[in-house]
Amino acid sequence: MKSTLRSWLKKPTFRALLFWLLPAAFLGYFFYQPLLALFNLLISPEWGFDLAQLDWEEVWDPLWFTVLQAALSTLLTLLIGLPGAWLFSHFTFPGKKILKLLTTLPFILPTVVVAAGFNALLGPRGWINLGLMALFNLESPPIQFLNTFAAILTAHVFYNTTIIIRVVSSAWSRQNIRLQHAANVLGASPWRTFWEVTMPLLRPAILGAALLVFLFNFTSFGAVLMLGGAKFATLEVEIYIQALHMLNLPLAGVLSLLQLICTLVITIGHNRISGQSVHKINTHSKEITLQRPRRGWERMAVITLVITLFILLVSPLASLAVRSFIKLEADRGERGEVRTGLTLQYYRELWVNRRGSLFYVPPITAAQNSFLFALITILITVSLGVLVAYALRQRTPINRILDPLLMLPLGASAITLGLGFILVFNHPPFSDVEFPILLPIAHSLVALPFVVRTLSPALQSIPISLRNAARVLGAPPLRVWWEVDLPLLAPSVLVSIIFTLTISLGEFGASTFLSRPEYPTLPVAIYRYISQPGALNYGQALAMSTLLMLVCAGGILVVERVQPQAKDFF
Amino acid sequence: MLTVRNIEKSYQGKSLLKQVSFEVNEDETVCLLGPSGSGKSTLLRIIAGLEEAEAGEVLWQDKDLTDTPAHLRGFGLMFQDYALFPHRNVAENIAFGLRMQDRSKPEIEQRVIAALKTINMSGFARRKVTELSGGEQQRVALARALAPEPHLLMLDEPLGALDRTLREQLSRELRRILRETKVPAIYVTHDQEEAFAIADRLLLLHHGAILQSGKPEAFYRRPHNAWVAEFFGLGNLIHGTIASHTPLKVDTPIGVFTASCDRPVPQIGKEGVLLFRPNQAHREKADCSNRVTGNVIDQVFQGEHYRIILEISKSTPLFNILLPEPVRIGESLTVGFRTEDVLCLENSEDIQ
Repeated sequence: MKSTLRSWLKKPTFRALLFWLLPAAFLGYFFYQPLLALFNLLISPEWGFDLAQLDWEEVWDPLWFTVLQAALSTLLTLLIGLPGAWLFSHFTFPGKKILKLLTTLPFILPTVVVAAGFNALLGPRGWINLGLMALFNLESPPIQFLNTFAAILTAHVFYNTTIIIRVVSSAWSRQNIRLQHAANVLGASPWRTFWEVTMPLLRPAILGAALLVFLFNFTSFGAVLMLGGAKFATLEVEIYIQALHMLNLPLAGVLSLLQLICTLVITIGHNRISGQSVHKINTHSKEITLQRPRRGWERMAVITLVITLFILLVSPLASLAVRSFIKLEADRGERGEVRTGLTLQYYRELWVNRRGSLFYVPPITAAQNSFLFALITILITVSLGVLVAYALRQRTPINRILDPLLMLPLGASAITLGLGFILVFNHPPFSDVEFPILLPIAHSLVALPFVVRTLSPALQSIPISLRNAARVLGAPPLRVWWEVDLPLLAPSVLVSIIFTLTISLGEFGASTFLSRPEYPTLPVAIYRYISQPGALNYGQALAMSTLLMLVCAGGILVVERVQPQAKDFF
Repeated sequence: MLTVRNIEKSYQGKSLLKQVSFEVNEDETVCLLGPSGSGKSTLLRIIAGLEEAEAGEVLWQDKDLTDTPAHLRGFGLMFQDYALFPHRNVAENIAFGLRMQDRSKPEIEQRVIAALKTINMSGFARRKVTELSGGEQQRVALARALAPEPHLLMLDEPLGALDRTLREQLSRELRRILRETKVPAIYVTHDQEEAFAIADRLLLLHHGAILQSGKPEAFYRRPHNAWVAEFFGLGNLIHGTIASHTPLKVDTPIGVFTASCDRPVPQIGKEGVLLFRPNQAHREKADCSNRVTGNVIDQVFQGEHYRIILEISKSTPLFNILLPEPVRIGESLTVGFRTEDVLCLENSEDIQ
């Protein structure tokens, strides 16, 4: 009996299935069931939905706008990102380290924080508008930034420039410089060399990065909702409005389905491109040596780029933080001259439960909730992630089927997920539980693909010979795990924890569906407060955003320290 | 001590090891020599218990080890890539096996210090293994394998990743340490010079089977077949047919030769391969019956002698000889071989 179990355990397929058991059950129940329910919505008669009666304009309009804004945003991002990639892969300059660290921020900052940042910079109550009003004695804010198309594009450029920079500059700096030398010697001018050698070799990296950026723009929700306003509805925003405000679930379902198909197509396209083999002929390649800009035009270009990037990355975040400490306008009910100046009022108010406040609880409770949800999310995600990583390590064909199934949540949007959750779990036992346990579960589904993509390569990269060495030196199986796997996996586990923490703290899409008034999360609270009149509400939104930003920035510092290569995540 | 009996192993339908049997005795260093892909490392992993054989057994002092897992076998294995634990420093790597044996802390410390001394790396205890040079890593790996006092030490291409000068130096050091510790050892390599330098006994592995075993000298003097001669680069191999047995005459495209043979001679009419060693060609024997004539097409000065390349005919392979005096390129040259120097070998299918 015992020996049959042992022989079974030696089969990789059996072991993989054991490891898959729990993650697959979790995904099946909490991801695929809601997804199927969404399809069911469209075909089952009880909802009284008839595809023939659908007003297709309500479908095509948001789709067209989604594609348009995603394409424009991507183009603008490339316009800044490609020169940025050239900057990082060719030059050293003072402040490069700081700038490099800054480029990691957008990866990890919640959309509500970024939206709040742009609001504090360019919104009607932001620095620039208030400054101009004071300077020229204006009655109303002169710059109309909020609720414009430009605001959406700007936020997307902020978010994605660093993706282009990171992916393309790493490909660029790995390029064999001897190929360019060869072209030069064969009579090609620098310009010609660039177009005939450098560019063709960079093309897969640029295409891959651009497609990824397009995907992120395509599924962007928080930035569009908070900066674009009601006028501009992407698929995501439209799903949200139809489901939560119009209560038109079937239309939301159609849009979700459309969205899922689009993201799947883009994801597959991206995998195709990034899977392309890199031309590598010999191993004696020589990489670009970083140097200070020497020629005049190089210096000009470098200085301009550095300043542009600094402004792009720093100005919204800095205005956010500074604005949260400064009183500039009157609160509701205040009369007479406003006393402007430094204040900690916005932070102090976070602990006060005011009557007429937007929730039943003091705003700081939102922070406590968020951290509690994040903790639960981390527990779920990391334990499932470790199991999946071990499952993927087994050499068995079933992984080829199960791995993509795991990665599908990456393509499905959080909005779709939230909608599906409402459809399936809006009855006992989940509706009976007072604690919104669905929220951390939804967050786990969002974070799990990232955690697996962190842990699995780390586990695969542990050479089998290390485990063999430990075995031969006398370590029994569990001891091998304890002495070899665990310490070598620890940094990646820590990185996973931080990724999950920031994803859960910042998650907005699913949370708008699933959070309850007595259990608000930070992003939900920020969204509510920032869209309300009154200096106090605005200030509190900025104060909460600043706190969230600091936590996330602290996280990225830890990640940089533990695992410098983790930042090259995409 | 160690007995390996009829080991069989295949991978994806391809046979890796065929009926491999050998023994390792006390104080003996046995060298497993073979080209890459011959199954050497697989055999080592089977002995270590890291892989299972499909048939056959591994015995230690007549006890079957099939059901003994790797961590209870008490064998040491030094890995090709050294497999030093990157998260532990030099001393901790060496201490690992001792900790697994639950030895006391002071004893572990003492043994680590002694081990570091043996490999001449006393100051390195706290160093990170990732910061060591290749040669230093190799020595730490050796110390780690030896520290728990294994019954048997296995070394998988231990010098493979190092450059030539370092290899020679470390090979000497390795021999010294193996002699001092008196641990029986199996040494795997594809490099014949390394094998000659270190082995008491040599096993030549090819396509998963042992082709020949014995003292290093025997391989040189009496290769068992043409593949062995080719592998060791013993000289010119000319294919022919056995014409008669007494005296042994072989008919080849470059003439009929009288040869000697110390293995069972193939039947008349069967294929035989003649081995002509370059250094056994003599100009003064040009009048004997075993004559080779060709045009000198190249000549290389090699210090002690000149390597001369002869073209016998357009359709036969070029012929290599060594002579003490130079000749002129383009001239016709005739050299002779003594009967006892022309070795008739069995053909093997594997000659390219």
